[in-house]
Amino acid sequence: MTLDAGHTTRVEFDYSGGERLTMNMGPQHPSAHGVFRAILTLEGETVVGVDAVIGYLHRCHEKLSETLTYAQYPSIASKTDYVAAMTSEFAYVMAAEAIGKIEVPKRAQYLRVIAAELQRIASHLLWLGTWCMDMGGALGGGATIFLYAIRERETILDLFESLVGARLLYGFYQVGGTRYDIPAGWADACRKTIDVIDQRIGEYEGLLEDNPFFQARAKDVGVITRELAEDVGIAGPLLRGSGVNFDLRRSAPYSSYEDFSFTVPVETGGDCFARYRVRMVEFRESIKIIRQGLDKLPDGPISSRPGLKSVAQIRIPKGEAYARVEGPRGEVGCYLIADGSAKPYRMKWRGASFSNLAVLPHIIPGHKVADVVAIMGSVDPVFGEVDR
Amino acid sequence: MGLRVPGAHPRVEIKPPVPTIPAPIWRNIKDLQEWEQLHQKRPEGDKHSAAFESLTDGIHSFPGGFVVTTVADAFLNWARKSSVWPVTFGLACCAIEMMATFASRFDVERLGMVPWASPRHSDLMVVSGTVTIKMAPMLERIYDQMPDPKWAVSMGSCANSGGPFRHGYHVVKGVDRVIPVDVYVPGCPPPPESLLNGLLLLQDQIAHFRRTGRRAAPNPKVD
Amino acid sequence: MTHEQAKTLIGERFGSAEVAPVSAEATGKGLVVTVPAADWQSFARFAKDTLGCRFFSFSTAVDWKEQGLEVVAKVDNLDSGLALMMKTKLGPGVSECPSLVPVYRGADWMERECYDMFGIRFDGHPDLRRILLADDWVGHPLLKSYAVDTPHPPYR
Repeated sequence: MTLDAGHTTRVEFDYSGGERLTMNMGPQHPSAHGVFRAILTLEGETVVGVDAVIGYLHRCHEKLSETLTYAQYPSIASKTDYVAAMTSEFAYVMAAEAIGKIEVPKRAQYLRVIAAELQRIASHLLWLGTWCMDMGGALGGGATIFLYAIRERETILDLFESLVGARLLYGFYQVGGTRYDIPAGWADACRKTIDVIDQRIGEYEGLLEDNPFFQARAKDVGVITRELAEDVGIAGPLLRGSGVNFDLRRSAPYSSYEDFSFTVPVETGGDCFARYRVRMVEFRESIKIIRQGLDKLPDGPISSRPGLKSVAQIRIPKGEAYARVEGPRGEVGCYLIADGSAKPYRMKWRGASFSNLAVLPHIIPGHKVADVVAIMGSVDPVFGEVDR
Repeated sequence: MGLRVPGAHPRVEIKPPVPTIPAPIWRNIKDLQEWEQLHQKRPEGDKHSAAFESLTDGIHSFPGGFVVTTVADAFLNWARKSSVWPVTFGLACCAIEMMATFASRFDVERLGMVPWASPRHSDLMVVSGTVTIKMAPMLERIYDQMPDPKWAVSMGSCANSGGPFRHGYHVVKGVDRVIPVDVYVPGCPPPPESLLNGLLLLQDQIAHFRRTGRRAAPNPKVD
Repeated sequence: MTHEQAKTLIGERFGSAEVAPVSAEATGKGLVVTVPAADWQSFARFAKDTLGCRFFSFSTAVDWKEQGLEVVAKVDNLDSGLALMMKTKLGPGVSECPSLVPVYRGADWMERECYDMFGIRFDGHPDLRRILLADDWVGHPLLKSYAVDTPHPPYR
């Protein structure tokens, strides 16, 4: 294109989309969700294509599980969904118990439920904090909810530390029951903690719900239709936010969940705001379940197997089972094939975040770049589960 | 966007080059021994520039000149250690503990550490989580983008040595096979208290940082 | 759609399928159906349209050493609680299988992972390339012939 001097040319700008930009949202980016690479194809500010590259945290869980015994693996299992480590171990241990037809005592089942629900609250607090930080900016207003939510989460992690000894990754679940019992005074501390959290959730809702900026960033963003949700296989708050009334704790109850009364929140919007509403109601329902669990906690042993003296003590006979758990992100499943020895023959993790993330290439095109961050936050992936 | 100039082509298509990631340089390296020798040499930016060297020589030629540079060193090191900006580089579970360290209860901002997303503006890389073979070139690229002087803290057993996943086929057995590390923080994951301990040890190291071309030895008081 | 109804329907349509009911507590009530590889896609379509299993849970593979590979997929009917595990045995030495992507969109990433880990090529998959490992990785790790600590230079 040449412009001659002394010759006026009229230049018209044309945004007919003839130019596409490939932008990399690389494995290191401040959205704080982990190592995820999205190669975005942009037309202007609108995303027209997403190529999701994962695998930056592939830690060979499935191959390693064939070399580790049933006693050794649960604490490694907690590193798949590391934000909700209790529910990660739950699936593996349940699968081994299903094949070996190992009974779990009632007290252990209730302890498992209490731990899993406390973990759900802690995980949702982290989700809320990081999602709001993504949308608001780390040095701007976004850090407000993040710092408040982490303050609440630390109180729950204190409870876990007094129960198990670790803050984030536990080895609490064991084939046959749980590894530790609750110490004296733990039940009262737990009740006090969840009372405080119950009240503070109300404060967060008050900060966010009627906030026009929050609504502008979350309403009608990232709509997942019901048909797409079922076809791709997403689960958890994403599925319930799209109108499907499905919760494993209600539809296929495990570990005495049928003894507890709670409601399953379902929203029909399918957008980020609906998923946010589902998770906020799940906070309250988990608090209800914990209160019921602590009130009705039966006495008895915490494990049906004797204490471990050697790592190869637990042998599971030949068989296979698929055990699934309703984690904070959806259906966490463990497909286990046992061959009679102390180590599994094959173990497959059905990671909730792997299936949840697969929906991104279907819903992101059409949104702006800023919405990508909001959608990713509301999908809430944890890359230990995605890459295993 | 196309500029339509009447009389010229109806649309000028500007195609940006499709970014290609260059092949990792280890393809040119014969074996691991050569790779480790490459990494044992310190980055050149640790040494001061020729201009600065001639300036300090000039100062030292005056009586009492050494006192000036020592006090200046101490002042600069104090400024450097009190404002270490880590690049947000969370990989796995340790990242959650790192976030907890940066958050309400264990606040590191009181130590002057502001987590900063851009590596070009940061001093410290806290490698928190397992380094996989797919991620290692990205990690090296981010580390290369950080300006000198820079430090690296290896957080957690996965970054120290591969951790519980050491025997996996896709896991790098420790981030010190990729970048030079100053402080190793053990744990799986290390609780925020441990990470704070590691960061304070790093601040002690920085206090002894001298622009003489060699990194300081670990704090001799810690044994 | 109860399990008995499903079993009857499957027996009518796919006579050569072996159906085994499972009633272990962890898996819930479910059916495990083994079909020959040629019927893989048509059985999936039957499960989605007739049995109402519209939820695609996962799809994976198992390496049975001398007996060859086996591809497993699980689909659910969320309304009635029917959990259907479909299996197909590819013979020894065979690593091709029809793809489920035309039927369930969720099979996309799951089958890419099976290809990545086992080397199974899915016919009809729109974009079969490695998903978890780098594109130039050599070998398929979850095969029993691949050692867990296979070194990868230079990160030996």
